[in-house]
Amino acid sequence: MYKILKAEKLADMIYLMDVEAPRVARHCEPGQFVIVKMDEKGERIPLTICDYDREVGTITIVFQTVGASTHKMAELKAGDAFRDFTGPLGCPSEFVGEDIESLKNKKILFVAGGVGAAPVYPQVKWMKEHGIDVDVIVGSKTKDMLILESEMRAVAGNYYPCTDDGTYGHAGMVTTKIEKLAEEGNKYDVCVAIGPMIMMKFVCLLTKKLNIPTIVSMNPIMVDGTGMCGACRLHIGDEIKFACVDGPEFDGHLVNFDEAMKRQQMYKTEEGRAMLKLQEGDTHHGGCGHCGGDK
Amino acid sequence: MADVLKRVPVREQDAKVRATNFEEVCYGYNMEEAMEEASRCLNCKNAKCIQGCPVSINIPGFISKIKEGNIEEAYKVIGESSALPAICGRVCPQESQCECKCIRGIKGEPVSIGKLERFVADYALENDIKPVKAEKTNGHKVAVIGSGPSGLTCAGDLAKLGYEVTVFEALHELGGVLVYGIPEFRLPKQKVVKKEIEKVKELGVKFETNVVIGKSTTIDQLMEEEDFEAVFIGSGAGLPMFMGIPGETANGVFSANEYLTRSNLMKAFDSSYDTPIAAGKKVAVVGGGNVAMDAARTALRLGAEVHIVYRRSEAELPARVEEVHHAKEEGVIFDLLTNPKEILVDENGWVKGMKVIKMELGEPDASGRRRPMEIPGSEYEIELDTVIMSLGTSPNPLIASTTKGLETNRRKCIVAEEENGQTSKACVFAGGDAVTGAATVILAMGAGKAGAKGIHELLSRK
Ligand SMILES: Cc1cc2nc3c(=O)[nH]c(=O)nc-3n(C[C@H](O)[C@H](O)[C@H](O)COP(=O)(O)OP(=O)(O)OC[C@H]3O[C@@H](n4cnc5c(N)ncnc54)[C@H](O)[C@@H]3O)c2cc1C
Ligand SMILES: Cc1cc2nc3c(=O)[nH]c(=O)nc-3n(C[C@H](O)[C@H](O)[C@H](O)COP(=O)(O)OP(=O)(O)OC[C@H]3O[C@@H](n4cnc5c(N)ncnc54)[C@H](O)[C@@H]3O)c2cc1C
Ligand code: SF4
Ligand code: SF4
Ligand code: FES
Repeated sequence: MYKILKAEKLADMIYLMDVEAPRVARHCEPGQFVIVKMDEKGERIPLTICDYDREVGTITIVFQTVGASTHKMAELKAGDAFRDFTGPLGCPSEFVGEDIESLKNKKILFVAGGVGAAPVYPQVKWMKEHGIDVDVIVGSKTKDMLILESEMRAVAGNYYPCTDDGTYGHAGMVTTKIEKLAEEGNKYDVCVAIGPMIMMKFVCLLTKKLNIPTIVSMNPIMVDGTGMCGACRLHIGDEIKFACVDGPEFDGHLVNFDEAMKRQQMYKTEEGRAMLKLQEGDTHHGGCGHCGGDK
Repeated sequence: MADVLKRVPVREQDAKVRATNFEEVCYGYNMEEAMEEASRCLNCKNAKCIQGCPVSINIPGFISKIKEGNIEEAYKVIGESSALPAICGRVCPQESQCECKCIRGIKGEPVSIGKLERFVADYALENDIKPVKAEKTNGHKVAVIGSGPSGLTCAGDLAKLGYEVTVFEALHELGGVLVYGIPEFRLPKQKVVKKEIEKVKELGVKFETNVVIGKSTTIDQLMEEEDFEAVFIGSGAGLPMFMGIPGETANGVFSANEYLTRSNLMKAFDSSYDTPIAAGKKVAVVGGGNVAMDAARTALRLGAEVHIVYRRSEAELPARVEEVHHAKEEGVIFDLLTNPKEILVDENGWVKGMKVIKMELGEPDASGRRRPMEIPGSEYEIELDTVIMSLGTSPNPLIASTTKGLETNRRKCIVAEEENGQTSKACVFAGGDAVTGAATVILAMGAGKAGAKGIHELLSRK
């Protein structure tokens, strides 16, 4: 059993937990994820590692309630436990293995959307720890939905919050903020974008135009997370890759987002579909009737 | 008196009924039937059947104990060579191993060795006959990676010799393919697999689930940071292959591994479990091996019309005859000499059909099987909502790529000596599907035994 040491609600539908998992904490790096399972009958749910404490042996996860399983998970309190907690899975972000001096010469932009602020945080923190100041854009629907602001401010070089409804920071989507920063003369060597697939898709369309190499973190449906089932397969250029072992981070300009978004729908429950429609707007194709998850 | 040329028939669930449930197909023998079948064995001096068994079980030896009605003794005889008899008795391809060599088979039907083995093992499980535990530990620590048949056997053998063994398993359940691949209706999980694993636990073996070696920790770290003196790799061949035809990433296309894992490991067929499965109404399973039969029969039980699409003819089907026979009885349709060309996808990204082409068999190829060739112009389309790809698997590169000095071959298999499991890296041993590529439970078990022997030879010299 993996004990929950802290459980906190960050915003409407967004929750944070610190979980005891010493093996994972000892070996994880930014960019990796875990798979959690609540009880005997629960699903295996992939979640990005948001923070870790190697000494105490804990992992921080941040999740949004989407369908039945994540709603159930939101009811867990400090003192409760997960039956299973596997990780770290996937590959660390590319920069973890790069030469620090050459990284220092790069101008790096992080773009997070919604709960995507959680996976972006450990990467920005890693940069800070290695003496690198990066620019961070965090988008959310409205001010109340913005998460991890003080944490992110503490580690970011420049921090640019954006809200769709203009209640805080830059008014508008993250893409308009990127355009603005580019117009103001910022020349980025690399961009890391993490958030809903639809956001990553539009960020990639833009950064391609702006000629900024872009890394995205893909969150397809997964089962085992070890390369055994192929549920997480994606087209990256002409190649098929398994997100759980080859990723989850990929060159965003090679990802086939339209296909990935369709695949993500496969088992959506009603709540899940409603949530995704909210996140992904008009690109959502609900009501296909094929959904096996509506039970 | 029954005809000695014929086997005592084994009772099975009716085909129509079982096609709608996940209960075990075969009921196995009872004491009376087992003793009658045992009486058919000629107790040959130079028993050919033993040569056919990869772990050389003393077959006439255990069968003669059944004749006497002494099942506990029979269990001990099997136990000298096999650690998982309740499993092998069910899933071994006996018709090409022990039973195909049986003298009785020349004139009539061979002795039902597998069913007898299963009877003895089930009797031991029901009557809680325990394996013998080591008196005290010898202080040597060994790590075993993977809890499939090779890992379980290696761990069990070492524990009997007094080693302190820890098994590390990536998934949340123990058993490898036995729990995630082979379906409930062929191999009951609670009644058989779990109990066989309990026995390994009783020998003092420790198990840690949710540890992915190569990610959660590495082999080098296990030896350097956690003081394991030797490591056995039994990580299987779990990586699924796809065909590389258009449409393969559409919704409704699964690897057999995913489909079976959702149904077996995650129990999607049981609505009290949370994991969903898109069962499908009309399903094509591409491939002709055991895995394809299991996927097809699972889809059938989830309510679908199921077609096996296989590019050669019935004679070349690599699956066990018993499984093909069962699949047919249950209503699986075989589209033989047929090969997929393209998966057809609707505007929402879901499978709507498959374009296939008819095949004919040409000259034998390197494998000795006649090579399938396309018949030009014979393409046609079939309407479907689900396609399950069952084209085989290869070893996962995760461990090889994170272990310094561990040699693999062209097929990504770990290179290891057959007789003791020694790899190219000191103190690291391997066996099972990770070394041979996808094979059988009994071969994996044999490799686990060999690995245990190799590790014992190494550490007892220390
Ligand atoms: C590598 C990775 C990292 C992730 N990190 C985070 C994170 O840090 N925070 C967070 O809130 N979410 C994250 N997700 C998404 C999260 O796993 C899903 O939101 C969750 O599985 C939804 O489950 P549900 O049963 O509540 O929803 P339902 O809608 O009921 O889901 C039904 C099925 O769809 C699958 N599914 C639904 N949505 C997704 C999705 N977006 N991604 C993958 N599978 C999905 C589930 O596995 C389930 O089988 C991540 C996903 C991946 C693959
Ligand atoms: C659907 C199906 C049906 C089959 N039917 C039959 C049959 O009827 N008869 C027969 O004889 N054989 C059958 N087989 C083949 C047989 O199951 C395998 O040959 C056998 O299980 C191989 O055993 P193994 O111990 O080598 O590996 P596996 O059983 O594959 O076990 C390997 C274990 O290692 C774990 N693992 C992998 N990587 C790691 C890692 N990095 N860290 C930690 N753990 C890891 C896996 O999760 C798994 O639990 C079938 C196979 C399948 C898939
Ligand atoms: S282990 Fe398999 S091959 Fe050996 S005797 Fe038993 S059923 Fe036959
Ligand atoms: S070959 Fe057949 S008859 Fe002879 S000992 Fe073996 S099982 Fe018995
Ligand atoms: S989740 Fe199964 S292969 Fe990636």
